[in-house]
Amino acid sequence: MTDTGPLIDDDVIAKVLEAASGRGAEFAEVFAEDRRSSSAVLDDAKVEELTSGRDRGAGIRVVVGNSTGFAHTSDLSEAGLLATAEIAAAAARGGGGALAPRELRRVDAARPNAIEVLPGDVDKARKVELLGRADAAARAAGSSISQVTARYSDGRRRILVANTDGTLATDDQVRTVFSIVSVASGDTGLQTGREAVGHTVGFELFDRYDVEELARRSAERAITKLLARPAPSGQMTVVIGSGGGGVMFHEACGHGLEADLVAKGASVFRDRIGEQVASPLVTLVDDGTMGGEWGCFAVDDEGRPAQRNTLISEGVLVDYMWDGLRARREGRPSSGNGRRQSYQHLPMVRMTNTYLLGGESTPEEIIADTADGVYIAHLGGGQVNTATGDFVFGMTEAYLIESGRITEPLREGNLIGNGPEVLLNIDAVGNDFAMGPPGTCGKDGQGVPVGDGVPTLRVHGLTIGGTAA
Amino acid sequence: MTSDELVTIAESVLARAKSGEQIEVVTAHSTDTEVRAYEGEVESFSSADTYGVGIRVVRDGRQGFASAGTLDREVLAEVLADARDNLRFASVDPFVALAEPDGVAPVELALFDQRLVDFATESKIDLVLELERRVLAADPRIVGVESVEFADSVDTTVVLSTTGIRAVSRTSGCSAAVYNLAGDGDDVATGFGFSLGRHPGELDLDVVVADATRRATQMLGAQRAPSQRLTVVFDPWVSAQFLGIVADAFSGTEVFRGRSFLADRVGETVASPKFTLAEDPTDQRWMGASAVDDEGMASRRVELFDGGVVRGFVHDAYSARALGAASTGSAVRSGFRSTPSAGARSVVPTPGHLDDAALIASVGNGLWVSDVQGLHSGVNPVSGDFSTGIEGRLIRGGELAEPVREVTIASTLQRMLAEIVEVGDTLVALPMNAAGVTLVIGDVTLSGS
Repeated sequence: MTDTGPLIDDDVIAKVLEAASGRGAEFAEVFAEDRRSSSAVLDDAKVEELTSGRDRGAGIRVVVGNSTGFAHTSDLSEAGLLATAEIAAAAARGGGGALAPRELRRVDAARPNAIEVLPGDVDKARKVELLGRADAAARAAGSSISQVTARYSDGRRRILVANTDGTLATDDQVRTVFSIVSVASGDTGLQTGREAVGHTVGFELFDRYDVEELARRSAERAITKLLARPAPSGQMTVVIGSGGGGVMFHEACGHGLEADLVAKGASVFRDRIGEQVASPLVTLVDDGTMGGEWGCFAVDDEGRPAQRNTLISEGVLVDYMWDGLRARREGRPSSGNGRRQSYQHLPMVRMTNTYLLGGESTPEEIIADTADGVYIAHLGGGQVNTATGDFVFGMTEAYLIESGRITEPLREGNLIGNGPEVLLNIDAVGNDFAMGPPGTCGKDGQGVPVGDGVPTLRVHGLTIGGTAA
Repeated sequence: MTSDELVTIAESVLARAKSGEQIEVVTAHSTDTEVRAYEGEVESFSSADTYGVGIRVVRDGRQGFASAGTLDREVLAEVLADARDNLRFASVDPFVALAEPDGVAPVELALFDQRLVDFATESKIDLVLELERRVLAADPRIVGVESVEFADSVDTTVVLSTTGIRAVSRTSGCSAAVYNLAGDGDDVATGFGFSLGRHPGELDLDVVVADATRRATQMLGAQRAPSQRLTVVFDPWVSAQFLGIVADAFSGTEVFRGRSFLADRVGETVASPKFTLAEDPTDQRWMGASAVDDEGMASRRVELFDGGVVRGFVHDAYSARALGAASTGSAVRSGFRSTPSAGARSVVPTPGHLDDAALIASVGNGLWVSDVQGLHSGVNPVSGDFSTGIEGRLIRGGELAEPVREVTIASTLQRMLAEIVEVGDTLVALPMNAAGVTLVIGDVTLSGS
């Protein structure tokens, strides 16, 4: 395995596409991937282990009518690929004549950002040293810190996509992430605080972020929660802090705007293009070109250059997100949202970096103007039922708002709302936009890296899932 | 690939061990197919052979690990070199060591059935197409499907070590599953149904269709309910997820690292006296069954709660040494790409004596919870905070009443364990690390309108 050079030679690609489409395909594609990863974990004040992983293989997709055949292999030799192409073609159950693949044209897509320091070139001792510094800083933040887990991971993913439409595209994606969880122990039991930073960059991530500062913040979050009171229950006004996470939009409408779910009638946003689906304060964008952000890339996993797509403009639904298969059926271009977890998976419509554009209010004004409610500084993950629009997301750092002031810390919990209702109930959007921590979006068993961001915003109609009256 | 071939490859790595070095090799091969139907056609047919190796090296109290998604001979040497290099940067930890055989013989389990391998491609396609037809025809209110799927896999895994571990396991499994949509005017609801087996003859499409139809249609017309404290009844699907989270607190790794609310509570009454729970991967009725754990130690039954009293924890080689206990054959890892930690694979509650109708009648007024949303974001297994979105039906006068959606329920894991009022009489096999059972839990906060 070498780090450079094409994953598959051009002449082999042509033969493989010919074999894949030889049984009457309308479309055939080969997706090859070489992935290297390394991670280091510190737990219980010890560097538990360093691990490294390597994966290399290709997935071959053949489309006949409404049917897709798919097979994958870890054998990138010509013989291995041809055998896999035969399996995919047979699985698609094509009949009739062979398709003549178009001549391959290289897709020229700009890299969203340059990688300055390849993590593979960095001495492992430097990665481990980050963990030790973070552990010491978290433990120094307070005597109640009883446990710390810090994790460093990097990954490099080289891909090649070629298809019978003539697309030939490559990308080289490097991601680096650091996370820390502190546990505080007190009379009220155990509490946790987490911080994570991750970008589509190399080891220069640590020129931008100080791991000791992240460690202190995670420790302080855990310590604060030892004093937290149970979260309230019932519908309340909620203010979400800048950069705390755009998970709410990811769940409230992001998934519902994925064209594959829309086409199956499994989205509340079906047939609503051009309608006012959100407050006029809401302009929502999905942007795979956003340099350095966790969900960015040069080309998607179908070889389509990343795009910046406005989904909702001043509250009006502009468009859904599309992958190649759905776009093809509708006779329109893909929006660059065809993604897959690995060569072992079929692509589908996925978000990239999804964010709400900033507004005009200052965050101070928004909070001061809120009589009573909950302020959420950090959101956790979430989940949505796209067919009904009901969605949940977690709050991992939250406070009460009383008489326009942020007061007591609250314990963790979920919030629940209905996407179409909640989007209409946003009545303030701040001027302090920031991206949130890195996320992994799960859909149909596949995880892909996604980013999100919001300015401070206020929303009515969410239900806080606490235990207090 | 045969298990003998996987053993031969693993042996070739062990043969390179240097003196003073322990090596553990995991080699794995799986064959999977997945067929989906949509609108009377095959939507997709995926076929996969996946190979992999994970190598762990221990020397002088340090451990290093590396993995690759291939069994190519030249790559094996690189993976071993990576693991050795990674080891140099780990801290010295006196408890780090590979598992060692303890004389317990693995139980004989029938987890592989040749009939799955012999099931023809055409039969798989016929099965999903028939399932889609039946789901759509089951009720006029069923308006569509989101997915209809048949999936099968045969997994072969070998764990070999220089400390004398030699474990070979082969399992087969298949499922038929559907996510459907019910509609009535503007009202939309979703449901799901599935059936699992070691071979296709065990799949019961009647159950898939009936469950999916009931789940989707019962939610039509669902509304929010007023906030209140009440008694909830967890459907086995929900209970199994709850028990899976509870099982985390029994992990020897989490206990040793101070992240379990059950640490230091062995011998104390933590849960309701009606609640008895064991980890038992030796019982092949449950999907988490396996003769050996992920370090190759023989699986065995471990009592967790006995009448509400904490009896003990589950251990892998590391947590056992760290806590001065013996391995309980409870190493878990997420495939060949990761190192093990201690965890439960198949927790099984002891059933009670009442069926669902009797349990609902006994509650009088409460809430039947048929599905949960956001357990991963609303439950903190360290603090015990529990908050989740739910779908279900109110219980009124001892009977199921109107459907409820867009509400949450909240409590803490500690309080919920203490408030287990009744355990149902029927255990259900589910694709999780817990068997399902109907559970009645008191004093939960419903947050709604």
